[in-house]
Amino acid sequence: MSKLDSKIPAGPIKDKWTNHKNNINLVNPANKRLIDVIVVGTGLAGGAAAASLAEMGYNVKAFAYQDSPRRAHSIAAQGGINAAKNYQNDGDSTYRLFYDTVKGGDYRAREANVYRLAEVSASIIDQCVAQGVPFARDYGGLLDNRSFGGVLVSRTFYAKGQTGQQLLLGAYSAMNRQIAKGKIAMYNRHEMLDVVLVDGKARGIIARDLITGKIERHSAHAVVIATGGYGNVFFLSTNAMGSNVTAAWKIHKKGAYFANPCYTQIHPTCIPRSGDHQSKLTLMSESLRNDGRIWVPKHMKDVEAIRKGTLKPTQLAEGDRDYYLERRYPAFGNLVPRDVASRAAKERCDAGYGVNATGEAVYLDFAAAYVRYGKEKAHITGLHNPSDEKILELGRAVIESKYGNLFQMYEKIVDENPYMTPMMIYPAVHYTMGGIWVDYNLQTTIPGCYAAGEANFSDHGANRLGASALMQGLADGYFVLPYTIGDYLANEIRTGAIPTDSPEFDAAEKNVTDTITKMMNIKGTKSVDHFHKRLGKIMWNNVGMARNIKGLKEAMAEIQQIRKEFWSDLRIPGTANSMNAELEKAGRVADFLELGELFAKDALDRNESCGGHFREESQTEEGEALRNDNDYAYVSAWEYKGEPADAILHKEELTFNDIELKQRSYK
Amino acid sequence: MSSNNDMNLLLKIWRQPDAQTKGELVDYNVTGISPDSSFLEMLDVLNEQLVTKGEDPVVFDHDCREGICGMCSLFINGEAHGPGKSITTCQLHMRSFKDGDTIYIEPFRATAMPVIKDLVVDRTSMEKIQQAGGYVSINTSGNTQDANALPIPKADADAAFDAATCIGCGACIATCKNASAMLFLSAKVSQFALLPQGKVEGAERVKNMVRVMDEEGFGNCTNTGACEVECPKGISLDNIARMNREYLSASLAD
Repeated sequence: MSKLDSKIPAGPIKDKWTNHKNNINLVNPANKRLIDVIVVGTGLAGGAAAASLAEMGYNVKAFAYQDSPRRAHSIAAQGGINAAKNYQNDGDSTYRLFYDTVKGGDYRAREANVYRLAEVSASIIDQCVAQGVPFARDYGGLLDNRSFGGVLVSRTFYAKGQTGQQLLLGAYSAMNRQIAKGKIAMYNRHEMLDVVLVDGKARGIIARDLITGKIERHSAHAVVIATGGYGNVFFLSTNAMGSNVTAAWKIHKKGAYFANPCYTQIHPTCIPRSGDHQSKLTLMSESLRNDGRIWVPKHMKDVEAIRKGTLKPTQLAEGDRDYYLERRYPAFGNLVPRDVASRAAKERCDAGYGVNATGEAVYLDFAAAYVRYGKEKAHITGLHNPSDEKILELGRAVIESKYGNLFQMYEKIVDENPYMTPMMIYPAVHYTMGGIWVDYNLQTTIPGCYAAGEANFSDHGANRLGASALMQGLADGYFVLPYTIGDYLANEIRTGAIPTDSPEFDAAEKNVTDTITKMMNIKGTKSVDHFHKRLGKIMWNNVGMARNIKGLKEAMAEIQQIRKEFWSDLRIPGTANSMNAELEKAGRVADFLELGELFAKDALDRNESCGGHFREESQTEEGEALRNDNDYAYVSAWEYKGEPADAILHKEELTFNDIELKQRSYK
Repeated sequence: MSSNNDMNLLLKIWRQPDAQTKGELVDYNVTGISPDSSFLEMLDVLNEQLVTKGEDPVVFDHDCREGICGMCSLFINGEAHGPGKSITTCQLHMRSFKDGDTIYIEPFRATAMPVIKDLVVDRTSMEKIQQAGGYVSINTSGNTQDANALPIPKADADAAFDAATCIGCGACIATCKNASAMLFLSAKVSQFALLPQGKVEGAERVKNMVRVMDEEGFGNCTNTGACEVECPKGISLDNIARMNREYLSASLAD
């Protein structure tokens, strides 16, 4: 029996969500007070869900590994959030946002989920404004928009380069109101280390208090996992240092299928790495591609001169530059989707045109924007015949008002003034479209266990468009899960409080303490980072921007080998019953070492190129990605069977009734 | 890439096993540090050395490493987030130091922010201030009014945004000679005071947040202004003035 019932409601796509909401079970307000819900992770999805569920009357227990919900990595999202408001009168609509997202995801997402996402997008903006989120506004006092990659309208709402911060602080404020009321019990500096199943249903979690090391039992009628993505399997990524797959992996091991692990977004505009000491990579928002033009020199002699330092990029004549995105994709130019932009940068750098010492950097240049904005500003302020210098000065001020914090971040890291010389950028691992398989209700294959936000797989297919992650996290947390979870909880009103002294809790706790004891007792010679860096290197080289059968098989074998060494030669100083950062990292890396292999296995299975997944065996003569809809128009949902190599593939066939399947073109 | 510019440094780091035990400064030498590495990457190098020797690594808070999560703290050579303006510790790079330097690394210190271990402090008191009123009392619904139904003058929206960029790191508190949380608190009060959505419950908000600040053992503001200087996000002292006005008018209305 296949467990993969996506539970997509019947009816026309535009009515599905409304009809579904009208038909699902509700829990009456008095009964909600009898029901407990655990939310793990407090980013946009988890924070929004925790606050909304508590407002509705459920008793929520929320968990974060940081010392405050406000620190979840959603905070670092920069550019913006999409919504089909059509405030700019440029023809936007729910359908267009739906269409762009399905196309952007290279036709590997579930239509019904994406349509719902587009449908609730407008409510998100209304909700956030009502909370006091200070979005950017124009001089008329109305909300401003910018444009993002892969679309032809301006539908992105933003708060300078700190949109994620402002949205997360909005969800955090909503949480705080419920914490103050006692409706959310907040567990900061706690990490979930297992899920507890009773009679096949998710009934609680085992968590470790990261200050005291104490192992705790927490019960509930449902468990929501909103713990983000697994980009740190690459060691170097734009994720926070603590971002991990552990909660998702633990539920996977208990029966939740893991979908499309190989769909990973390599973001085109990150600050290039500077050396072996590097601990993480920093994103420069995609919004910069609104105003920045990407180029490398046309001629190898100029590349060499720039690397030697005898030529400055600003000295290179316009005709000697190769604006390769504008050349290859005239229709979308610098605003092609992320996967396309990343591969194009790799292509140029692989051909030897990279502009820094490592050969892995291209320019993102704002010179044209300075002139354009400067002239506009001079015109507005009535300045006649301004000098070139004055125009540049005015233009730089406009750019600063739009992206000031990003330019400041760049300058701090690279030690160059990006107002005076083009930025250098290179692709880096940023977001994972894959994740825990969920049905239309966001329920995993474990009854009572839900996954929201980046932790699930549902809305972005094989490639996420810019400014869609914030939209999906908040849609799941504010507007989807609070409704759909009620359908399940309506059957729990007579259950009563879940005891934590059951054999199931005993077994789950023992499993956690045994694993910790085992890790502490290895007493080998190598640090956690040693293994994490080796894993990351294999992932980047063999399972990164371009993948092939040979490299993927090698990767699986090598990861198995590293895992073996990890469990025999790891050294964790200190004790398990105190604050121990090495122990925390070890638990996370142990899970990455299993996920990494499944990731490669999934990439091996999918012998087509789609979105962020590029198989060298499947490309056009021009080197563009070649999808294979006949054989691969399915979601890969993996069932855990012990070793990652033994995982069983279940396929959810994707059907497209409202959008015609086409080979993507941004030319 | 190692280069001739690599640095050798003497670190004097605060070590404290837990909240109950007395701490002390301990000397460590690190060698071959690239000037392009960040301050926290330099500590990673130290910890890698300590782990390899089987010693307890130095615990410090950090997460995003791009200056936005507010997790990292550290008093470096007597300054919150170290030398340099408008940066967090994770954005501090080793090019700000010289080969042979001695660097003092201590936790953020305040009665209301006790040390948990080594360089990690407990900022629960700051959470409590936010929980006392740092929100607009509105439930999630798909039926709030259209976002553009309420125009807000750009200047107000921009000022509210500037106040809202506080990352809650606690540098202002650690820097203040009175260990006051006024800059932190006033940033949230100001954000909402500048927006029509926040005005409705403005008086209750400011009174409750100030009350909890006092209960949690933070000191008073004596207008020294050190907090503004050390704030990694440039939160302005104007926010404290605005908060005082809010507080005064709220108190007079009682």
